[in-house]
Amino acid sequence: MDFGHTCNRDDVNPLNCNQLTRDGESISEIISAGSVPRKANSWITMDFSVMSILSNGLDWFKVEYDPPLARAVVFGVPIGGHLVVEALLVIAILFLLLQKSYKPPKRPLTEKEIDMLCEEWVPESLIPPLTEEMKYESPVLDSAAGPHTVIDGREVVNFASTNYLGLIGNEKLHESCTAAVEKYGVGSCGPRGFYGTIDVHLDCEERIAKFLGTPDSILYSFGISTMFSAIPALCKKGDIIVADEGVHWAIQNGLHLSRSTIVYFKHNDMESLGNTLEKITRENKRVTKVRRYIVVEAIYQNSGQLAPLDVIVKLKEKYRFRVLLDETNSIGVLGDCGRGLSEHYRIPVEKIDVITAAMGSALATDGGFCTGSVKVVDHQRLGSSGYVFSASLPPYLASAAITAFDILEENPHLITKLKRNITLLLEGLSDLPGLSIASNPQSPLVFLKLKRTTGSFQNDLQLLEDIADLMLKEDSVFVVASKRSTLDKCRLPVGIRITINRCRKSMS
Amino acid sequence: MVTIPYLTAITTYFSYGIYFSLGQLRDLFRKIIDWRKPDDLQGYAPICLGLEDFYVRRLYLRIQDCFGRPIAGAPDAWFDVVERYTTDNFKTIKRTSKTTRCLNLGSYNYLGFAASDEYCTPRVIDSLKRFSASTCSARAAGGTTRLHTELEESVAKFVGKPAAIVFGMGYVTNSAILPVLIGKGGLIISDSLNHNSIVNGARGSGATIRVFLHNTPSHLEEVLREQIAEGQPRTHRPWKKIIVVVEGIYSMEGDICKLPEIIAVCKKYKAFAYLDEAHSIGAVGKTGRGVCELLGVDTADVDIMMGTFTKSFGSCGGYIAGSKELIQYLKYTCPTHLYATAVSPPCAQQIISAIKVILGEDGSSRGAQKVARIRENSNFFRSELQKMGFEVLGDYDSPVMPIMLYNPAKIPAFSRECLKQNVAVVTVAFPATPLLLARARICISASHTKEDLIKGLEVISDIGDLVGIKYFQAEPKKRQQEEGRVKLN
Repeated sequence: MDFGHTCNRDDVNPLNCNQLTRDGESISEIISAGSVPRKANSWITMDFSVMSILSNGLDWFKVEYDPPLARAVVFGVPIGGHLVVEALLVIAILFLLLQKSYKPPKRPLTEKEIDMLCEEWVPESLIPPLTEEMKYESPVLDSAAGPHTVIDGREVVNFASTNYLGLIGNEKLHESCTAAVEKYGVGSCGPRGFYGTIDVHLDCEERIAKFLGTPDSILYSFGISTMFSAIPALCKKGDIIVADEGVHWAIQNGLHLSRSTIVYFKHNDMESLGNTLEKITRENKRVTKVRRYIVVEAIYQNSGQLAPLDVIVKLKEKYRFRVLLDETNSIGVLGDCGRGLSEHYRIPVEKIDVITAAMGSALATDGGFCTGSVKVVDHQRLGSSGYVFSASLPPYLASAAITAFDILEENPHLITKLKRNITLLLEGLSDLPGLSIASNPQSPLVFLKLKRTTGSFQNDLQLLEDIADLMLKEDSVFVVASKRSTLDKCRLPVGIRITINRCRKSMS
Repeated sequence: MVTIPYLTAITTYFSYGIYFSLGQLRDLFRKIIDWRKPDDLQGYAPICLGLEDFYVRRLYLRIQDCFGRPIAGAPDAWFDVVERYTTDNFKTIKRTSKTTRCLNLGSYNYLGFAASDEYCTPRVIDSLKRFSASTCSARAAGGTTRLHTELEESVAKFVGKPAAIVFGMGYVTNSAILPVLIGKGGLIISDSLNHNSIVNGARGSGATIRVFLHNTPSHLEEVLREQIAEGQPRTHRPWKKIIVVVEGIYSMEGDICKLPEIIAVCKKYKAFAYLDEAHSIGAVGKTGRGVCELLGVDTADVDIMMGTFTKSFGSCGGYIAGSKELIQYLKYTCPTHLYATAVSPPCAQQIISAIKVILGEDGSSRGAQKVARIRENSNFFRSELQKMGFEVLGDYDSPVMPIMLYNPAKIPAFSRECLKQNVAVVTVAFPATPLLLARARICISASHTKEDLIKGLEVISDIGDLVGIKYFQAEPKKRQQEEGRVKLN
């Protein structure tokens, strides 16, 4: 509303103000837009009396304040002040501001459009196209995977099975398995909670706890499911886990399923571990309220390195983290009696919170176990999905495990023989052309990696596989190149894996 | 699906409410009493925080003796349950050396291969001598023996697919295969009541997961249409691939999946079908070949068929069957094949022999008899239970039959009373089933004789009256007796 020039008090007359507006609207039209039509005179009279009272009040107001600027005329009565008009303006502005902005109405897709989209969509194929290297078939054994085995009708020396103590083919083991199969059948036909618990399982758990010196233990039915069921049971969302970057796939899967925060440190580098722990403790204020774990392996499957447990225990006590140790390749191998890494470093086993292991290596059986304090083990009996929702270990394998522990306790000289063989073999392999030893001198899992890498992961792997094939064909020695799955996040270099057995008679 | 009567729902909620409040009261007392005691955690966070183990401590431990009962022999039709006692009100349970001979209505022993078998066991012991108890290495690293290749061919032939790959544990099969087949950018649509291993595998793969109503092909179609039209969340790019995961027989419901309709929907929308036959392979179908044979579905229509050997073959392990290229790819990249210990050779031999018996290749008709007997037994048992007035879930021909209990107090009552009368049953409660729907699950076996089943029925009927779980009207006794006589004849 723009007035051409200010109306004076004298001008104020509905009929006079016709000329005053710029935008062609007469004030009278504006004013009378909401008012009563002129015809009702009595109404206007009543109006006038009301308005006169109002105008008197406003006049008083004006006397006090005397606002400048234009005057408005309301209901034919000159009102001193533009307050009403400005109030109306403010109301109009507020009304417009509070209006929602215009949005085009949302229409859901029609059935025809959905049909069209469904027809047009083309999925990828289930698997990528097969390449040459995918067609590789591993050699097939015709006999037990002992120190000497038969492949394609020829007898070869077996450096590929993790049969460290040479228990494959042992008479006592064989007898106990046969007795168990005849008594219990082969499978256990049920999960542990529903009549799948056989007395052999309970005996085996007690035996493991007694052998290692821990309060309690729990038995899993498959080696790799141990780690990836135990970790999600103990760590939940919001917890902090510090893991070595070279841990094997089962642990990586367990870490992923636990949905905790995971921080990796450099492979077997204690300085990097210390720095990581320091950083986490400093950054996190609530750090004492969340559960914190360090996950390491005793002998790393991917590189053969040994974890320095004494340094780790010192760090753990300083920063109050719990240690989760995977002893798959070290149970029955390290230490004077084969009790694993803690015996090797002479550290009391109570300092390690959780020990897990797959029994598929030195103990020549299958399955896995997890030991620790009573609270840790009991929690897993209901909280670990690989234990609750899966059938239990076949009873003959559990009785084989008990017999293996008995044999180990009665014959500690097996371990000394193994250690001697390791030193012998490493001497012989110390200056091979093109390959260098990448693993710890005390580990029975020897890793040979290329001195000069060809640059690409795939080419390295191809070269190593060719070397392994050649050794099998010409020298009758069976070794394997370590394989990596596409899901594996570990970036350590591949190598040829040689496993040492205590019954090696000829080293060439 | 199960519809719970109103009164039962109210009483069940009320019972759980009482247990919950009692548990909280006891926790409060524990906190007050332990106020003065020094914390022996020394700065470490406790293993279980807050209410994480509330259910275990206050509800599960009271009825701990109904679960995890040890047995001292093979899980055959009759077995020995070890007696246990407690001195501290069920916080810990100790076992004795005494056993009770009970009728086994809980183990997964569908075809009766659980105990030593006249054809299978000598061959198993032979393979033990030849190949020893374990190969101590992964399949790809020197663990493949002649037995493994023979086993894979035999399984592929039995299931009706070109090739198969075998792993040492059924749970790991699901958890490790789904991440290999599908990754970020893919979609997994799974039935709402799928097993925990499938859920774990789907989570580990990183793909988006959507759920459709249990066994409802129309809802599956709705979900598929909506998801294909919308695309990936946030970016709306089209999905890379879609896999629909269903099971043959659902272990907690006992019902058989509507496979023909689901396969038709998958084909129409170009999704891949993954069938988990853990409970149905060997147990249903005219020759024991599973749900595909029972419902007349061509095995070439199902892209990936998975199953386990624990239930019907009396062994352990799992398999995946599919096209030759699929199996070749899995052998190249599946982490279980590359890293995990191979199937134990005696287990492999047991499966090969069991398959031979089922197909009749051992020269006798025992296999065909077993398959026919389990079907007769399941149908007989189920119809008798329904006549008595129990609420039994599941379809005909399925050997799994859950009997609804609902109230939490009836779970230990049913279980303990049955054990007193020498019948061993399995009861399942939260969290394996929804909170209100606790049940007792019966698994029938081909090694149960008619007398065993009748004894089981009598005991369950008595205890059902005692505990009060006959939620439906029983049929009048006279007609039941007449019909009973006719059936037995």
